Amino acid sequence: MATIATKPETFVGKRIRRREDPRLITGTATYVDDIKLPGMYYAAILRSPHGAAKIRSINIKPALAAKGVVAVFTGKDTEHAGMVPCGAALPGLRVPPHHLLAMDRVYFVGHPVAAVVAADRYLAADAAELIEVDYDVKQAVADPEKALASGAPAVHPQWPDNTAFTFHQEGGDVDKAFAEADVVVKQRITSQRLVPNAMETRGVVADWRAAERALTVFTSTQAPHTVRSLLAQILGLEENRLRVVAPEVGGGFGSKIDTYAEEILMAFVAMKIHKPVKWIESRRENFLCTIHGRGHVDFYEIAAKRDGEITGIKLKIIQDLGAYLQLLTPAIPTLSVLMMPGLYRTKNVRADVVGAFTNCMATDAYRGAGRPEATHGIERMVDMLAAELQMDPVEIRLKNFVHNDEFPFPTATGLVYDSGDYAAPLRKAMEVVDYTKLRAEQADARRAGKLMGIGICTYGELCAVGPSPATPVGGWESAQVKIEPSGKVTVMTGISPHGQGEETTFAQIAADELGVDIDEILVSHGDTSLVQYGIGTYGSRGTAVGGTALYFALQDLKPKIKKWGAMLLDAEEVTFEGGKCTDHKTGKSVTIQEIAAASYRAMRLPANTDPGLTATHFWEPPNFTFPFGAHLVVTEVDRATGNIAIKRYIAVDDCGNILNPMLVEGQVHGGVAQGLGQALWEQAVYDDNGQLITGEFTDYTMPRAHMMPFIETSHTITPTTVNPLGVKGVGEAGTIGASPAVVNSVVDALSPLGVRHLDMPLTPEKIWKIVSKAAGRTA
Amino acid sequence: MISQSFEYTAPKTLDEALGLLAEGAKPLAGGQSLIPMMKLRLATPERLVDLARLRDLNYIREQGGNIHIGATTTHYEVESSTMLRVKCPLLSATAACIGDVQVRNVGTIGGSVAHADPAADYPATLQALEARVVLKGVKTERTVAAADFFVDTFTTALEPGEIVREIVVPVDPSGTSYQKSYQPASGFAVVGVAARILKSGGKISQVRIGVTGLSNCSYRATATEKALEGKAGSAEDLRAAAALVAQGVEANSDLHASADYRRHLATVYAERALIAALAKA
Repeated sequence: MATIATKPETFVGKRIRRREDPRLITGTATYVDDIKLPGMYYAAILRSPHGAAKIRSINIKPALAAKGVVAVFTGKDTEHAGMVPCGAALPGLRVPPHHLLAMDRVYFVGHPVAAVVAADRYLAADAAELIEVDYDVKQAVADPEKALASGAPAVHPQWPDNTAFTFHQEGGDVDKAFAEADVVVKQRITSQRLVPNAMETRGVVADWRAAERALTVFTSTQAPHTVRSLLAQILGLEENRLRVVAPEVGGGFGSKIDTYAEEILMAFVAMKIHKPVKWIESRRENFLCTIHGRGHVDFYEIAAKRDGEITGIKLKIIQDLGAYLQLLTPAIPTLSVLMMPGLYRTKNVRADVVGAFTNCMATDAYRGAGRPEATHGIERMVDMLAAELQMDPVEIRLKNFVHNDEFPFPTATGLVYDSGDYAAPLRKAMEVVDYTKLRAEQADARRAGKLMGIGICTYGELCAVGPSPATPVGGWESAQVKIEPSGKVTVMTGISPHGQGEETTFAQIAADELGVDIDEILVSHGDTSLVQYGIGTYGSRGTAVGGTALYFALQDLKPKIKKWGAMLLDAEEVTFEGGKCTDHKTGKSVTIQEIAAASYRAMRLPANTDPGLTATHFWEPPNFTFPFGAHLVVTEVDRATGNIAIKRYIAVDDCGNILNPMLVEGQVHGGVAQGLGQALWEQAVYDDNGQLITGEFTDYTMPRAHMMPFIETSHTITPTTVNPLGVKGVGEAGTIGASPAVVNSVVDALSPLGVRHLDMPLTPEKIWKIVSKAAGRTA
Repeated sequence: MISQSFEYTAPKTLDEALGLLAEGAKPLAGGQSLIPMMKLRLATPERLVDLARLRDLNYIREQGGNIHIGATTTHYEVESSTMLRVKCPLLSATAACIGDVQVRNVGTIGGSVAHADPAADYPATLQALEARVVLKGVKTERTVAAADFFVDTFTTALEPGEIVREIVVPVDPSGTSYQKSYQPASGFAVVGVAARILKSGGKISQVRIGVTGLSNCSYRATATEKALEGKAGSAEDLRAAAALVAQGVEANSDLHASADYRRHLATVYAERALIAALAKA
């Protein structure tokens, strides 16, 4: 037996290259569209070209007669096939019946009307065009404020006020705070509709084996087990005969948490035609029919004392819901309410949310999901308050931050912030730019007639979603660790990574806990027939919740490893370190490979110990985690064109302990790109008829590589107390920090022209109009 | 995003291609506009004739003080041609502003000008260069000035059955510059201004300005040209001339820029193009 006890290299905290990347960059990964089953048919979906219409009649005969077509389904066929689920519950919530295919009305452009199944995707698309639908076009309403105005067309005729729900939350004594305030600042702030635009569109392959009563569904999802449980309920199938696989998933950003009509519809179709069927969403469909994000109109009031102490916040949110409620649609603005105080101490808050139906695609979780809206609002309001009080934006923030000795800090909205040092990232960002000098440069630039801005955002966010009572489907996570007879380690996690890199970070955790090389570890996920059960990947929960479940599964395994080690070494007590059990009395040790082999061969068993080396752990988090950070942005506005140049972008994020700095930086970069997208370019614009006029990449401005500034990333580290890894989550931080930092910077640049607020996106024309109007005034 | 079915032919000779086009087929060059339109079913041609594979339409050669550029020469080939960079730098600089790398690798000069997108980059430059477009039919060949070739939005002097065979630009001694405001999503020009300036005896002797993106069709801004000729080219001269660039033009308006903003941008980018061109004149 081996006697040399050298501790192998450790992996946590190091810049380990992503183990996912070789298959991705060589184009050999298997996405849904790469799956081809024998005898498979293809579906195309005919969708409504109108925002609102009654369907007088549908003639499917020409499509049925078309070449290669085997079946056509309309709303009549799927009427009893179940509904698209909404998992969020709010008191008095009006949930419109959401059939798989339109019944007698269509409610938004893209609403599925019929499904055509044919021998290939081209024939299916051609045949779909042959279906004749007689529409009686009605007036649509695509703007949430217009939808709530009296006399607006009713999106759902049974609810003429277009109100799905109202939601109220209050803490402290708001009226007193406002009555006693020295200053009150009010502002209407919008957070526009956005299209998540995952690189891979959605897609489904459904395969029904009637003799086995077995259904397999391959789908591009963030939550395969949720899809399985919901499909089982909806279709009345036995859950243990249903297998859902999320193969390689090319991004989701929240848009693939939902269980969509097409997933249920393809299962239904496969069961009808007794053949596998594939549907792949086109990019155009992705724009129209995958959930959108944001869609807020917010009315803020903030009360303060003359010295800058914030004493109260009032917020009214009008949430544009779209026509239907998808899985989490109504819950998203309630997350904004939870995070409305930001990092500030005030205990007096009042929020009222109105959920408005519109003839648009549903909104739902998009990277940040409710928190970017809340952060954008409070960070804009704090800047406006600072301007009102003629304070520096840094000073007002430092004055109002929750103090370091106040953690765990119970907020006015009922949360408990776990840990924090809110001034630290702000001070670090100021240090990076030499803030005093930068303000002096700005004063010089202004004297020279330049429009230079410095914008700060200090954000807080709610991650590691989350304690089960706070979620619609459970908030725990699971992991199984199997040490194979050869000693190789297989990890099965309940999360479903789709770009986050947990095949790497989880291998780092397992390698260090077991003291083996990272190449010994394989991390599997995304297949309900392999993985015990899981909640999935969203809400910056993968590592903080799923990684913690893995950590505990590894701890569960260690005593068993030691029992086997002790037996093999004939020792009373051994230590387990560096991949070996060692008897310190004799200095003899036995490797984990030898232990694994013995545990499966089982010629002898330690007392009270079963063969094999596996452990499964389901972990329920006691709280969310609350990462925070400071982003600082320097901009310059071109007076002649209104173009905005980002001169510097500093991101200081505190996500607790860092398992892999390279992956954390990647998350910050990607998040900032999407936050900049909202601040400067992206907007899902519906016209008055409910037509999405930015429904192509030629009109919807996604951030491109050449449009990105250099992002100077750094970190402070304040571990969470919620999990033993001390990790908080970082998937959404960049998105949350970026938009207020950029807008604050541009408002600061234009403040000499009397500007105090700008709504996103900050298009050059919008800026030019302000600059030229001001020039007209001074000329 | 799936086109209707269509017949595809890749002929080996230009004559063969022209024969098929005369029968009503639609020409395909780089496909950077046509293919997306087909995928959205906004264009539903039944027969496509692929011109991009015709070797005898791919060339850049100098001949008698002019440079002839074959229709299937890609934007990248125009951008990177050493000859063009030296002898007609305005054209290669313009090509470098088109779309993105992928588009420039596949898109062709002939396809772009024949498509006549009102926001395309080449038309401004071809107007400023007083370029000529050679059109070829089965039995015909004719040469049309750029000013006459671009007629309206997506409309040119091409007759049915004709293709753009080549573009002819002069060997250009002017100081030149192409300046554009990018539509951020598509990379097309919100407005683009191409400027050429010749100096003689310390004064501006000749100016040519081409404008794209502002209206239904590219054009020569003759008022700006006249305002500068004979001037010394002071900052004030340039500004005053640039202010005339959108004179009498009905400006487009869309989500990305209102008519007023477009007109304003035209003057800004005209001034920038004039300043840069004069510095090189």
